[in-house]
Amino acid sequence: MNKEEIEHIRADFPILNEKIYNKDLIYFDNAATTQKPRCVVEKIEYAYFHLNANIHRGVHYLSLKATEAHEAARLIAAKFLHAEKKEEIVFTRGTTESINLVAFSFGEAFCSAGDEVVISAMEHHSNIVPWQMLCERKAMKLRVIPVSENGELDMTAYSSLLNKKTRIVSVTHVSNVLGSINPVKEIIQIAHEKNIPVLIDGAQAVPHLAVDVQELDADFYVFSGHKIYGPTGIGVLYGKEKWLNAIPPYQGGGEMISTVTFEKTTYSELPFKFEAGTPDYVGSTALAEALRYVDQIGLDKIAAYENELLRYAEQRLKEIENIHIIGTAKNKSSVLSFLVDGIHPYDIGMLLDKLGIAVRTGHHCAQPIMDVYGIPGTVRASFAFYNTKEEIDRFTEALKKVVNMLK
Amino acid sequence: MTINELQDEMIEQFSQFDDWMDKYALLIDMGNSLEPLENEYKTPQNLIEGCQSRVWLDAQMKDGKIYFRGDSDAVLVKGIVYLLIHVLSGHTPDEILNADLYCIDKIGLREHLSPTRSNGLVAMLKQMKMYALAFKSKQE
Repeated sequence: MNKEEIEHIRADFPILNEKIYNKDLIYFDNAATTQKPRCVVEKIEYAYFHLNANIHRGVHYLSLKATEAHEAARLIAAKFLHAEKKEEIVFTRGTTESINLVAFSFGEAFCSAGDEVVISAMEHHSNIVPWQMLCERKAMKLRVIPVSENGELDMTAYSSLLNKKTRIVSVTHVSNVLGSINPVKEIIQIAHEKNIPVLIDGAQAVPHLAVDVQELDADFYVFSGHKIYGPTGIGVLYGKEKWLNAIPPYQGGGEMISTVTFEKTTYSELPFKFEAGTPDYVGSTALAEALRYVDQIGLDKIAAYENELLRYAEQRLKEIENIHIIGTAKNKSSVLSFLVDGIHPYDIGMLLDKLGIAVRTGHHCAQPIMDVYGIPGTVRASFAFYNTKEEIDRFTEALKKVVNMLK
Repeated sequence: MTINELQDEMIEQFSQFDDWMDKYALLIDMGNSLEPLENEYKTPQNLIEGCQSRVWLDAQMKDGKIYFRGDSDAVLVKGIVYLLIHVLSGHTPDEILNADLYCIDKIGLREHLSPTRSNGLVAMLKQMKMYALAFKSKQE
């Protein structure tokens, strides 16, 4: 992307003009959440001002309009992931809820005492704790794929972890700490050879690379709206139709039923079976707008530019003495975790903040991978397509200043 | 000096700087000048685990007054540990229990003590008051 295109994109994100302690904001915390383009926020306003009514039940005009918007959003999400059918898209509150849904409902249908779940050592807590809860509930065992020094999954160990007791594999597409892009297609293929289904946590992947669930042959694929320039509180669970049909509902309530009597309730068809209660139709509509926005720019273009930013930042950070990049996988997304010898991440983060630079510090909700590296946390800069090389220059100079103060 | 006099002195020290980086440089100096806590005092009982950084706090009673010592793995947090100890240490349990720590707000360090920061400082402040309460009930 050229300078003009970037300027054009930046103009779509009003928050980028904010002053923080009288300094220009540099927002490098995109892996935590992304900023919202004007069109997404306008869509939320439009939805509340022009098509707000409860969906799927009203006979009146507005209800019909709102229902259409929600279902159109489903179709857009399906196309975005290259799902075969729109019924395979369930709207949830986000990645965390999507994983909890699968861990619960799949667990109810297919798991029993002694069975095993395979995850990796680089998972976010959201892809650890729901499985741990399942394991506790059903007296099962959690098995963990180890991670190499540079932040890649040990694929040999992975293959050997799969056995007759393995019920499901759940791994992240892209690590939120290390930035590693995992070979999920291969992971799925290996599991499928043993008829084991696979869930892919796509929270850190969808904003940065094109995903085709059919090409990957993923059984479940999940992501959050707010990490891809959409609103908070809305997310997606993609599930192959055969799996979504085979597992029971997660929550009960309105919307998800077919008929209710006190003797017996029958459930709705897909995907409504998994959308109990009034769905977030405003959220889904705005998420669809975000997906449309990303699509319009093009994920291949975004990926190429963000990779350029990552490589440039890696290059510039080499100027800082005693700095260590955590996560040096060959295939990486635009996440840059680092440590400077003898300096606590918290101190760096606090001082950068005072210079108007937003980064994340700490364990990034992935404590197990910190234990693997034997570190308390990292400083993490994560880039999006609205960031620039000039910002990376300012960040590097700020970091030099901060390190100088702290050493 | 009373707790409030010590607080005013601290506020005065920070108020000579307008720029945040200068204020933080002073805080770093304070952190670095904190008398290190020997490893034997860095016990699990004295550890206050935060999400981001760790704080250790030790308290001793002598002649009716409480003396605190502390440490942290992050130097900015250590600076605030220095500040809190400087203000509260050497006072009676009652004085500590009744202390209103307005200096944190006045200096502009409130964000470090917000519950969501989880750097161990909120818990440390609570722990200092708990020590005061415990020593007080021991006295009575």
